[in-house]
Amino acid sequence: MRPFDLQRPDSLDHAHSLSDGETATLIAGGTNLLDLMKLQVETPERLVAIDRLGMNAIEDTEDGGLRIGALVTNTATANHDRIRADYPVLARAILAGATQQLRNRATTGGNLCQRTRCYYFTNIDQPCNKREPGSGCGAIDGIARLHGVLGTSPQCIATYPGDMAVAMSALDAVVEIEGAADTRRQVPVRDFHCLPGDTPWRDNVLEPGEIITAVILPAPVEGKQIYRKVRERSSYAFALVSVAAVIAMEGDTIARADLAFGGLAHKPWHDPRLAELLVGKVPDAALFDRAADLLLEDAQGYGENDFKIPLARRTLAAVLAEATETTI
Amino acid sequence: MPDTITINGTDHPLPSDPRTSLLDFLRQDLGLHGTKKGCDHGQCGACTVIVNGMRINSCLTLAALHDGDDVTTIEGLGTPENPSPLQVAFVEHDGYQCGYCTPGQVCSATAMLDEIKAGFASDASADLTSEMKATAEEIRERMSGNLCRCGAYANIVAAIRDVAEQGDAA
Ligand code: FES
Ligand code: FES
Repeated sequence: MRPFDLQRPDSLDHAHSLSDGETATLIAGGTNLLDLMKLQVETPERLVAIDRLGMNAIEDTEDGGLRIGALVTNTATANHDRIRADYPVLARAILAGATQQLRNRATTGGNLCQRTRCYYFTNIDQPCNKREPGSGCGAIDGIARLHGVLGTSPQCIATYPGDMAVAMSALDAVVEIEGAADTRRQVPVRDFHCLPGDTPWRDNVLEPGEIITAVILPAPVEGKQIYRKVRERSSYAFALVSVAAVIAMEGDTIARADLAFGGLAHKPWHDPRLAELLVGKVPDAALFDRAADLLLEDAQGYGENDFKIPLARRTLAAVLAEATETTI
Repeated sequence: MPDTITINGTDHPLPSDPRTSLLDFLRQDLGLHGTKKGCDHGQCGACTVIVNGMRINSCLTLAALHDGDDVTTIEGLGTPENPSPLQVAFVEHDGYQCGYCTPGQVCSATAMLDEIKAGFASDASADLTSEMKATAEEIRERMSGNLCRCGAYANIVAAIRDVAEQGDAA
C-alpha cells in the first residue's frame, strides 16, 4: 500500500473542505477501498475518514418511507424490522451479497460507490480505460465472464457488482447528496450510476467534494417482492445475473412491474419499457418472452459472457412466473 | 476520542503508521499470532475478529480508525486451560486439519451464534421475520466468509451445531 495521510474530520463541513476528489478519497467501511489500495488500483494521497460522522440511523419519512443514513451498515439495513416487512427485496438483496463479516462493515453509501470487480481493472499490469484512461480495455477481447451485455461501450464493458443498489433501483429509491456550502441534491438511484460511454472512469454522478448522506425509500407499495441472484456458487459470489422485482396483481392482470437487473451493465439496469409492456396484461409465458425480447433487444455478448443473454431471459421469466403465480 | 484500542480487555496505543491494518497491528505490533492472514483481501476469513460485538475481516480495516473500539481475538475467547465451548467442540468434532483457518472459524462462529440469538436473518432464512435457527443450512450460509483449505467443513458445521444445541438447552 502506498503511504497516505489519514484525516478524521469532525463534521460534514470539515469533510467537504478536506475532500477535493483528486488527491483525497473518502473512507467509510473501507472493505472495497482498502482492498484496491493494497492492489495499488487506488493510490490516494489522503484518506478522509467519515466513519464517525453520524448518518447511521434509519428513520421514518413524512410520507411513510424510510431514510437510511449513509453510514448505516448493510447488516443493520437488512435486519431493520420495517425493511424486512415492507421492503423485503432490499433485505434479500443485501443478504445475497458478500459475507456477514463484510456486511458488518459495509455501509449504504460505500456500497453504492463500490467499484467493478473486472479482472483487468483490479490488475495494474493489465490495460483498463477505467483505471488508466487511454490504456485500452482488456476485457473486450479477453476474459469477460463477469462483464456487461447492456449499455457497454467500446471503451469499457465492466459491470457494477453490487446487489443492494439493484433492489434500490427496483424500489425507485433516491440518493441524498450533500456538497460544500450545504448544497444538497437528490438523485434517483436509477440515475446515480453512469454508463461507461467515453468516460469509463466515472462510476457515478458524484462531483468532487460531494458526499452521500442518505438513501430515501419511497412509501412501501403493494405487491410481491423478489430478489433472485444467479451466481457461480450459492454464497459469497457476485451476480452473473440478478433480478429485483416488485410485482402486484389486480385480479387477473399485472398492476405493477418494477424491475431492475444486476450483473448485466455498468449500473443497476432499469428499463421503464418493461413496466409499460407488462402492466394491464394477463401474465403468461408469451408475455414474459416479449418482456425479455424488449429487455435484451440491444444486448451484446463478448464471447465468454454470451451466456448472460439467455440467462437473463430465463431468470426474468422465472421471477415473473413466481411473482404472478403463473406456470411456464 | 481516546487514542487507544482495547484488545481482549487491555488498552493499547494506536499504531503510528496509518497503513497498518488491524490484522497487522494484532500480529506484528502486539504479537498476538492467533489471528491469521490467509489472503489479506477479505476473501478467506482467517483474520476474523470481533469488534464491538460484530465479526469483521481484520485485514480490511485500518487499526488507526478503531480508537475506542473493543476487539476480541481468539486469545480473548479461551485458553488451552480454559477453552470456550466452541473451542471444545472443534476439538471434539475434529473441526480442522492443519488448523490455520480455525481461529477465524471460531471467532466467526462465536459472533454468528450471537447473531442468530439476536434474530439476524441470512440468505438461507426462508422467512425474514420468524425466529432464526442454527440449522446446518443456516450455518453453512452464515459461515461462507470462512474458507477452510483442508475442507473440514462437515466437522466444522457439526461442532457449531453442537454448541448451538447446548445453547438451546441452557
Ligand atoms: S486474511 Fe482477511 S479475509 Fe483473508
Ligand atoms: S483446517 Fe486447514 S485450512 Fe481449515
